[in-house]
Amino acid sequence: MNQTISVLDPTSEDHSPEIRLSDRIESIKGATIGLLDISKPRGDVFLDQLEKRFTEHGATVLRFMKPTFTKPAPVDLRYEIFSKCDAVIEALAD
Amino acid sequence: MAENESRYEFSDGISVVVNSECPTCQLTSSLLTDLGSSGHVTVFSQDDPSFPASAEWVRDDSDLAFSWHNDIEAVPTLVRVVDGKEVERLSGWNRKEWERLLELENLAPDLVDHKPGCGSLSVSPDRVDELEVKFGGKKFVSRRVEIASLEDEMEAMFDRGWSDGLPVVPPTEARVNRMLAGTSREPDDIVAVIPPNLAECSVEKVAINAVMAGCLPEYLPVVIACLEAICTDEFNMHGVLATTMGVGPIFVVSGPITERLDMNSGINALGHGNRANTTIGRAVQLVLRNIGGGKPGGIDRATLGHMGKLGFCFAEAPSPWENLSESFGFSPEQNTVTAFTGEGPRIIVDQKSRSPESLTRLLAEGLKSTISPRMVLAMDAMLVISPEHLSRFIDAGWSRAQFIERLSELLVIDSDEIIEGAGGIEDGIPSAFAGNKLPKFRPGGLLVVHAGGPAGLFSAIIGGWLNGAKGSDPVAKEIIL
Repeated sequence: MNQTISVLDPTSEDHSPEIRLSDRIESIKGATIGLLDISKPRGDVFLDQLEKRFTEHGATVLRFMKPTFTKPAPVDLRYEIFSKCDAVIEALAD
Repeated sequence: MAENESRYEFSDGISVVVNSECPTCQLTSSLLTDLGSSGHVTVFSQDDPSFPASAEWVRDDSDLAFSWHNDIEAVPTLVRVVDGKEVERLSGWNRKEWERLLELENLAPDLVDHKPGCGSLSVSPDRVDELEVKFGGKKFVSRRVEIASLEDEMEAMFDRGWSDGLPVVPPTEARVNRMLAGTSREPDDIVAVIPPNLAECSVEKVAINAVMAGCLPEYLPVVIACLEAICTDEFNMHGVLATTMGVGPIFVVSGPITERLDMNSGINALGHGNRANTTIGRAVQLVLRNIGGGKPGGIDRATLGHMGKLGFCFAEAPSPWENLSESFGFSPEQNTVTAFTGEGPRIIVDQKSRSPESLTRLLAEGLKSTISPRMVLAMDAMLVISPEHLSRFIDAGWSRAQFIERLSELLVIDSDEIIEGAGGIEDGIPSAFAGNKLPKFRPGGLLVVHAGGPAGLFSAIIGGWLNGAKGSDPVAKEIIL
């Protein structure tokens, strides 16, 4: 059995383009921060706290919510966050 | 290609294709030697270039290229070619026929008059796929991955991350080619877009993963139907994969195909031991992993998971009741797969009920605690009724619809018992629901299936996951052969 075997690649062979992280914001003060609730119980408890802290530090906070935590955020919602905010925090729960 | 093919054409005159292990070729070997030495024939030997003799009129066809290109089905085969065209072909030994073709008389008078030949090596089941790939111009789009001679191929596949934790069958071109014979669909047809990476998956890629899972070619249409069912908006495979809850896709196969594939709907139906049940479910999971990129610890975030995520597929047993896929509008003659998102099965025991009413009450009590005793309407469930339990209903003349109706009446919960804080338990439905009677399941949220061995007063409950547009709905698809 001293011979090479050749098999077919079972993967998708797709190579996603590398996506660079967005530039980090330099200061919270004056920035618009989006808080995305994924629609899980008690996610709002965590986000309420974040909103309070960010507001204290001079940021404007906008709140968003996914229709369901079981599916990716709809593209329109992603675009809205992108166009209105300097940064976004997505809150998981459980 | 044309140049290659011309190399495999018979030259004018008479050629004989033989194989040294065929008794008929052995019988005629002295005759063939005489005919070869006297220039009457050229011999092509499939396995031994010194059979019937070491001579320049014996050609080596041990790579079977000549036999394959000329569709040789049996040995010995005599082919007569005139002006580059084949005019006659004979197989086996038959003195009169050979004499006529060779235009000779009194051939080997000591031999029997006739003897049928043997199958050609070029059509032997263990060689034909390899030859088709080698000579048939079969083109695979997938990248070929070479495994070094010193590498253990099983380990190499683990190392590349292609396995679910168990060994996989190396997907060689010959095996994938054989697998593709199981479907009428073209290898480049797109079966589905597989989450989470939303990668398009061709029939060829499904076949590769089905080989790795250990499927037989005839299982491939079932694997394809399973993928078509789960890669839909309704089923929401992305969510099923990503959830922290330990659920996975479960497939129930209904229709005459279950018998044809020798699927198990009997003893240990929800367990291991049957090749079709085990490998069909596994192939789907390998596609999710290898094509969709959904790996445990990656996008698959299950806190605990369950062993059925290796693959969970079983056949529905025939019964006097209508089958599961009939609830989805199919006829019992249609071959279907119903996909359901669920946990592992848990047993529900009732050893004493003799009346259908008593057994229904027991099953209702068990079903009330599905997923959480505090949860109503949000999650579906599958109830797998065993033959002995089913007989309680059949003997009493209960139809499936009648059973489900009675069960639903009993599956009503007093909301005061399950609101937040009731019984000293913080979890529960909001207190605003107090003072209500609530159904445990939404209409149609209880899927009833018949399966299991003939003895044993056990059924099984398989709890679901978040249902409806916010989660996953069961989806049934017809299996297209």
